[in-house]
Amino acid sequence: MNLVALPPWAPSVIAGFVVLNVVIGIVTYITLLERKFAARMQSRIGPYRVGPHGLLQPIADALKLMMKEDIVPTAADRRIYNLAPIVFLIPCMLIFATIPFAPGLGVADLNIGILFFLAVSSMEIVGLFMAGWGSNNKYALLSAMRAVNQIISYDLPFIFSALIPVLLTGSLKLGDVAAAQQGSLLKWFVFYPVIGQLSFIMFIVATLAAENRVPFDILEAESELVAGFRVEYSGMKFALIQLGEYAHIIGSSFLGALLFLGAWSGPGPEWLGPVWFCLKMVFMFLVVTWIRWSFVRIRVDQILALSWKVLMPATLVLLISTAIVVVWRTSAGF
Amino acid sequence: MLDVNNTTRVEMDWSGPERLQMNMGPQHPSAHGVFRAIVTLEGETVVAVDAVIGYLHRCHEKLSETLTYAQYPSIASKTDYVAAMTSEFAYVLAAEEIGKFEVPKRAQYLRVIVAELQRIASHLLWLGTWCMDMGGALGGGATIFLYCIRERELVLDLFESLVGARLLYGFFQVGGTRYDIPDGWAQACRETIALIDSRIDEYEEMLEDNAFFLARTQGVGTVSRELAQDVGIAGPLLRGSGVDFDIRKNVPYSSYGDFDFSVPVETAGDCYARYKVRMAEFRQAIAIVRQALDTLPAGPISSRPALKSVAQIRIPKGEAYARVEGPRGEVGSYIISDGSAKPYRMKWRGASFSNLSILPLIIPGHKVADVVAIMGSVDPVFGEVDR
Repeated sequence: MNLVALPPWAPSVIAGFVVLNVVIGIVTYITLLERKFAARMQSRIGPYRVGPHGLLQPIADALKLMMKEDIVPTAADRRIYNLAPIVFLIPCMLIFATIPFAPGLGVADLNIGILFFLAVSSMEIVGLFMAGWGSNNKYALLSAMRAVNQIISYDLPFIFSALIPVLLTGSLKLGDVAAAQQGSLLKWFVFYPVIGQLSFIMFIVATLAAENRVPFDILEAESELVAGFRVEYSGMKFALIQLGEYAHIIGSSFLGALLFLGAWSGPGPEWLGPVWFCLKMVFMFLVVTWIRWSFVRIRVDQILALSWKVLMPATLVLLISTAIVVVWRTSAGF
Repeated sequence: MLDVNNTTRVEMDWSGPERLQMNMGPQHPSAHGVFRAIVTLEGETVVAVDAVIGYLHRCHEKLSETLTYAQYPSIASKTDYVAAMTSEFAYVLAAEEIGKFEVPKRAQYLRVIVAELQRIASHLLWLGTWCMDMGGALGGGATIFLYCIRERELVLDLFESLVGARLLYGFFQVGGTRYDIPDGWAQACRETIALIDSRIDEYEEMLEDNAFFLARTQGVGTVSRELAQDVGIAGPLLRGSGVDFDIRKNVPYSSYGDFDFSVPVETAGDCYARYKVRMAEFRQAIAIVRQALDTLPAGPISSRPALKSVAQIRIPKGEAYARVEGPRGEVGSYIISDGSAKPYRMKWRGASFSNLSILPLIIPGHKVADVVAIMGSVDPVFGEVDR
């Protein structure tokens, strides 16, 4: 039934192109959502002047960033400095490759989807470190140092908590994890007795740290390090870093919605699935935003202590007990 | 006695491979003004701090020699622009002491009311900016900051309806106050402080139940009682370190003896203790304003005729030091008069200036993030530091 004979690689390229652009669109508008949400929390109105209810504000911001002068510090390591935003952005965009937005609707639902996601999302540290090092700025250097500390410490709890739904499903394929939660609300892994709730909380804490959001935003830490690793960036390079950061947050929110909130399961016809998935992603994003605007930042040593002394052992214990539960359930036959 | 030179020798020329010297300020998002801290870091740990001040020096003391006793109170408010009423207060008290001017009871009460409202406004700004230092302008700190600013606006509205200005007032004048309260002001003031009183409960709920806030403040920047007395810090810092000293109580001025209030003291000496002291001071200030409004006597607001010329106020030869308890501690003004309409010499004692000198002694050993938390807990206003 093919009207036009497409080469075999074409569907992936087209899907990739579409997803990339949709993600960029979501990022621009999710910043507006965050600003409006934060404004409500702080008894303000938020962006209101550009377009009705400030709806064109993200476009105005993007245009402003494009027109800004691009400044490269004389003392910077030019090649590393210029490359860093792109190196940072690519992994943040790549994570969307494995996410199935509906059954069979995605760029590539790999067999090792979740492994790919976790591996790629921690690659952003390379870009961060390049930005911090290449800027040749002391604030940026300190921030890069903190970045390495933090990402290394929080990757393990992040992976462990993300592996719990994998254990419950028995597959690393994101599509399978989502499919295992279809049918009823109680099948969502967040409602799995005890294990589900605990691992969901740990997942949120670990993603906060992996996304560098308050209270774990010691990389940016504008009250100490001015703007951290991106203090020397301006114009489009700054915009790329910002885009990558938000793309990472959205990607992690999608992952959270997929692993714990049943992905595309919801009432209504099947084509509503992606809408439900996106709404759950927005819910995850708003939880993170809510936390961001209500806590003060904690110190670097406290962050590391929290990771290694609390979160790491807790997620590990939870992972092992999940494994025991799964084995017991299969051997008991229910 | 503490040997300041020995405890923290700042190694300005040391540039070994393991250490990093970093400028925080004079242009820095959390410097509370133009303050430059040269911090020496070993990794994340601060090993030495060199505090550089003077970027906001405006020759206030010299300026006061060129302005008459009628003119300068309005300018005095610019020394500490966050608590403008306090500096005016100190200046007119010194002039009145030399001139032996009586101040009518009503004027004294009005002075107390505005000084305590100013304390509330100043502490609100402190709480907001301090939380922003720790929580970030793009995080939970900004939320508290905006709540505090919302309440501070209400106090500034009161000042605006009283004197027409929101930041620098010129409310005080030698011999009394320049303005009386307008109709309905007392009621508006009561409503405002009742609202602020309820909001302070909200802040405490939001902060004291917050494990991250406690982790960032408890045990950070501890000032021992001995150190506090040696360095000569004042105000909430001193009381946070367990020294029960408040000029309003110990050396009452302007009818403070008439009011029933307590002086909150904490013994821990860390950032959290200073926070607790200031939160209790909110409540005491509100109590004082309430009492003063309830018992506000009728009568004139100044013992001197209304001003018709700037050189109208002349005070005899003599000298006097007057001190008031400002939001940041002891604000003093020392005036030497040669009998003319202007002071011969004038000296300010800014509370922030002496409080700031504690920083190089308590910061070393803390992490970079604590530098801003400790600096914020000291509550410096650089207009007052540099004058």
